[in-house]
Amino acid sequence: MSTQQPNFTPPSAPGPDTRRRGRMFDWFNQRIGLEKLLHEALDEPIPGGPRFAYVFGSALLAVFLLQIVTGVALLFYYGPTVDHAHTSVAYIVKVVTGGSFIRGLHVYGASAMIILLVVHLAQTFLYGAYKGRRELQWVSGCVLLFLVLGMGFTGYLLPWDEKAYFATKVGTNVPSEIPVVGSLVKRLLLRGNHLGALTLSSFFVLHVFVISGLIVLFVVMHLFLLRHRGAAGPINEDPVEPKLKAAPFYPGQVIKDLAFVLVVIVAIALLAHFMPADLGPKANPADTQYLPRPDWYFRFLFQWLKYWPGSRAIIGIGVIPAVVGLLLVVLPFIDRRPERRPTRRPVAVGIFLAVLVGVIALSALSNYDDSHNPAVAKQLALQRQQSDEFLRAPFKPDVQGAADAPAAPANPLIAQGAGVYQAKSCFACHGAGGAGTPMAPKLVGISQKVPADQLAYLLQHYSPAMIKGGMPKFQFSDADLKALVAYLESLK
Amino acid sequence: MKTNDLSNGGANNSEAAGSGSTPAPHHPARRSFLLRLLNLAAAGLTPVLAVPYIRFLLYPIFLRGSKKLWFSLGAAGQFSSPTAPISRLVPVKMEDGWLESSGQRPVYITKDAQGQVEVLSAVCPHLGCTVQWSSAKNQFLCPCHGSVFTPDGAHISGPSPRGMDSLPVKVENGELMVKYEDFSQLQPVKKVIG
Repeated sequence: MSTQQPNFTPPSAPGPDTRRRGRMFDWFNQRIGLEKLLHEALDEPIPGGPRFAYVFGSALLAVFLLQIVTGVALLFYYGPTVDHAHTSVAYIVKVVTGGSFIRGLHVYGASAMIILLVVHLAQTFLYGAYKGRRELQWVSGCVLLFLVLGMGFTGYLLPWDEKAYFATKVGTNVPSEIPVVGSLVKRLLLRGNHLGALTLSSFFVLHVFVISGLIVLFVVMHLFLLRHRGAAGPINEDPVEPKLKAAPFYPGQVIKDLAFVLVVIVAIALLAHFMPADLGPKANPADTQYLPRPDWYFRFLFQWLKYWPGSRAIIGIGVIPAVVGLLLVVLPFIDRRPERRPTRRPVAVGIFLAVLVGVIALSALSNYDDSHNPAVAKQLALQRQQSDEFLRAPFKPDVQGAADAPAAPANPLIAQGAGVYQAKSCFACHGAGGAGTPMAPKLVGISQKVPADQLAYLLQHYSPAMIKGGMPKFQFSDADLKALVAYLESLK
Repeated sequence: MKTNDLSNGGANNSEAAGSGSTPAPHHPARRSFLLRLLNLAAAGLTPVLAVPYIRFLLYPIFLRGSKKLWFSLGAAGQFSSPTAPISRLVPVKMEDGWLESSGQRPVYITKDAQGQVEVLSAVCPHLGCTVQWSSAKNQFLCPCHGSVFTPDGAHISGPSPRGMDSLPVKVENGELMVKYEDFSQLQPVKKVIG
């Protein structure tokens, strides 16, 4: 029988427990079993005791919560349509109090998540924490990795500036190189045959609801699996049956987690404050000069693609990434040895280090190529300058005519009629511009049903329908009546 | 209870659990001091983040109305003694978050009780319908719920809580200028809302 609980006795009430008790605690305890809940949450046994190596998972969770909180705040102002997305983000950054800071937290939080993800993956991999019947936990972690990268990709488009638009254009072009299904995949991503309104809408809903919802689900699964199977503990611990003395999660690991999370949040906040996240001018799809670059964590892929031109692309962007991804996911199924020490796992650690070094090298190469190509470097510098200039410029709202006053029609009689329609409150029941409301039918298109002279008569001798509808009696001067009829007949 | 202690290996974690008999961890005083310190740090960090966050969310609520511009209704001379209220449309620009919407609002140029030129907002103080002028009855009438006002905007009957709202006017360079404002509905005292 495999021991779920290692040799460890959780703190019991009479012992020197540092946790506060009190009347409020007792009140909740009697109603929801708070003591048991806290025991479940805080007395998780960690074989070998708490370590700083284990903080990265908690840090990921904390930063994810930061992303949700700042994301919701941004949603109070963001408009996910092609015509307004950019202006709404500019409004947040330039006008709203603390807007640049809150957005900065979100932008740098995203990068923090990617970094923490890689470190967490590296730590659990090197510690062999996927061993000892923890395959599902590893797989759920891999799913989370892809989901978070998906969040980064979908979120990047939302500001709809030049950088966002063109980076997404390139990103969605990449899978189109895959034979047979390539163009279908591209149309799936774009939600159509071009990067436009439907793409933005879908990226928005994926980012805010679908992918983030899936992340919540998989985080719950990931945590459940961790607690159910038990923490793997240090490298020298048996992965299947832990033998080391265990210490509870609280307070030792909580202290370490909390300390690290505070450092991470402070770092993100400092970045957000002193290096405001950038926002460039609005996307101009006709811009032929713009050089797209993906966000930093996709740079390695951007560089990788350069080595696989033409027909070889399928190997570089299809086969190899698929194989690497697959190897990552099925790792605990192919590495069945209980050996956890990295020095005794040369193949696994070797491949891992090779991939990690490769990714870093490719990213560095991408930057090197850019800075050593004069034309590219010049254009990129220009783009950066344009972005800075846009951020410094004062906010300009999107201008839109109100629905109750359509643009002045060329015909002065119709314009006068529009004024009569306004002055007599016709809009109150028949809607702005004769669009109709639940109280009265629409007048748009009435010229098809009622010619002008008949309409003039109708306005002074109500039909049974008008009487039944409760239309009030109006006084019109001859001039006003003529103008109003002209206006109504013009409604299309 | 097995106490197969392998923790001397690579780890030098002094915070492993004590011997099996006492459930308390080692160094409880240092532990709770650290925890208290971290809680303090977290408590200090919280307002640094929470204050801008709350101000960010509350921004539009404390926004004062957008600057209203003065609009010329025409030469002041033509309005010196209106026999009946004159209806005019005033263009307005409104700040609406990241939108700037423009539209037109109807006003009436009339005389107040002292015989001075005044400009009334045509928006009924009851629920916002456009009040009309009835020359036959020599009164302002609101078509929606039947409020009735005198030619200078005073309330006669109907559900409106007050008379029609007068707008700020001035004469500049011989032109009659009006500043369009929105007022609250359903209240007995006129209050500018934007």
